[in-house]
Amino acid sequence: MKVLVAVKRVIDYNVKVRVKADQSDVDLANVKMALNPFCEIAVEEAVRLKEAGVASEVVVVSIGPKAVQEQLRTALALGGDRAIHIETDELPDSLAVAKLLKAVVANEQPQLVILGKQAIDSDNNQTGQMLGALTGMPQGTFASKVAVDGNSVSVTREVDGGLQTVKLQLPAIVTTDLRLNEPRYASLPNIMKAKKKPLDVTTPADLGVSVARTVKVLKVEAPAERSAGVKVASVAELVDKLKNEAKVI
Amino acid sequence: MSILVIAEHDNKQLNGATLKTLAAAQQLGGDIHLLVAGASCQAVADEAAKVAGVSKVLLADDAAYGHFLAENLGDLVAAVGKSYSHILAAATTTGKNFLPRVAALLDVAQISDILSVESSDTFKRPIYAGNAIATVQSSDSIKVITVRTTAFDPVAASGGNASVEAVSAGGDSGTSSFVGEELAKSERPELTAARVIISGGRGMQNGDNFQLLEKVADKLGAAIGASRAAVDAGFVPNDYQVGQTGKIVAPELYIAVGISGAIQHLAGMKDSKVIVAINKDEDAPIFQIADYGLVADLFTVLPELEQAL
Repeated sequence: MKVLVAVKRVIDYNVKVRVKADQSDVDLANVKMALNPFCEIAVEEAVRLKEAGVASEVVVVSIGPKAVQEQLRTALALGGDRAIHIETDELPDSLAVAKLLKAVVANEQPQLVILGKQAIDSDNNQTGQMLGALTGMPQGTFASKVAVDGNSVSVTREVDGGLQTVKLQLPAIVTTDLRLNEPRYASLPNIMKAKKKPLDVTTPADLGVSVARTVKVLKVEAPAERSAGVKVASVAELVDKLKNEAKVI
Repeated sequence: MSILVIAEHDNKQLNGATLKTLAAAQQLGGDIHLLVAGASCQAVADEAAKVAGVSKVLLADDAAYGHFLAENLGDLVAAVGKSYSHILAAATTTGKNFLPRVAALLDVAQISDILSVESSDTFKRPIYAGNAIATVQSSDSIKVITVRTTAFDPVAASGGNASVEAVSAGGDSGTSSFVGEELAKSERPELTAARVIISGGRGMQNGDNFQLLEKVADKLGAAIGASRAAVDAGFVPNDYQVGQTGKIVAPELYIAVGISGAIQHLAGMKDSKVIVAINKDEDAPIFQIADYGLVADLFTVLPELEQAL
């Protein structure tokens, strides 16, 4: 069974985001970039399926400028077998990304596509579901457990009220939540080996997909700052303030 | 303009998130229809018909929609929604699951998690875990939107008198089925609807110690939440998690106990009206956003607080 994993290059999750003075975007100049944490979990899950003998090949794909090859090499170092880079300097929206991935799915015919549930930059939480609709595949989003059984997969999902389990016919789509697994660290020998693994480059035009956007960003602002209040010395003082000053209890 | 809002419910009752989504719809201006899709959910449609500002309730009552599977719901909403100018759902795990499928089927973008309606095509939404707020404008013919419910006050649950009309569509896709669920059973208010929340973090040390929070919560009628660290450590189940990837809350009073204040936790609660932080580390970042901070050992403070309330 072939597994396709889609990954995104984003700002490193430890970096404090700053808005540009002209409010056009956040400032990404000279900022550390990394594999989106949810995508890292997706790669790990695919590699574990391969180690368990369920998956035969793990193909990783990413979309963006030349620099995304860094993240593809990271995914290969974690255990991916080969990579596909869809090169574009545009910033395609989730729908365009889903269309590009649909074209890759048509070429590769994977039985399982694993994606992160959201990217920590745009926080959209859309691409996996959109790919599901475009390909007619069922989806198990926000997964905390994935079990492949013959021609179906059971996915336990983190939902607002607790956990829900669905059974999906393969081919299917899974999007990862935080507790699905703990990604490994790439070892130095594996980082070296990853440099020699195959990485094919294609373009949106090659795949016949337009990446024009229909949603325009007019402005990006810093959120309203919340300032620190007062320190209280005791529980009695706290209860008094909540009752008589804030009037919330 | 005509707006389709997708109701969130459990086949018995309308969920409060729906009333907040309707508030966003009202700001768009236009005729508002509310789609109730479920199984044996006539009672929900009757309740929906009474909600202020709804001109028509569409009822899709079919076993295929009983568990709100994204495949079936996506097909239905795309079929029903194609004649509307806007389609809105709450940004809950249900809305986030099916609505992007609708957008893709209609070949339009989705605008996730809106915080405000600036005009019928322009919205504000958080990016980078709420560390930046983007104002975005859509040129799509149909705007497909999820609504961050904490950013809108609910419309009145009564006062309306809408007609109820049955609709049907594709039914069951046959590719996905519901196996089971483990839902938290609690007498306490739901996290996203609670007036008061008390949350514990890694400082609680183990799951048993959450009983200390429960005792305080009982006095306040509060819901109990947790930081990601506490959930990852296995102290409490995932549905307790408040934060960027858990639940987004904005209660009147949020009490953070033993929570240091990682940026992704703050993203889920910083819009609370009053924030109290209890932590023995006076340098914990949570104090930078707390209205009232108490630097002390939570194991001493919680029993005292229970007594004082």
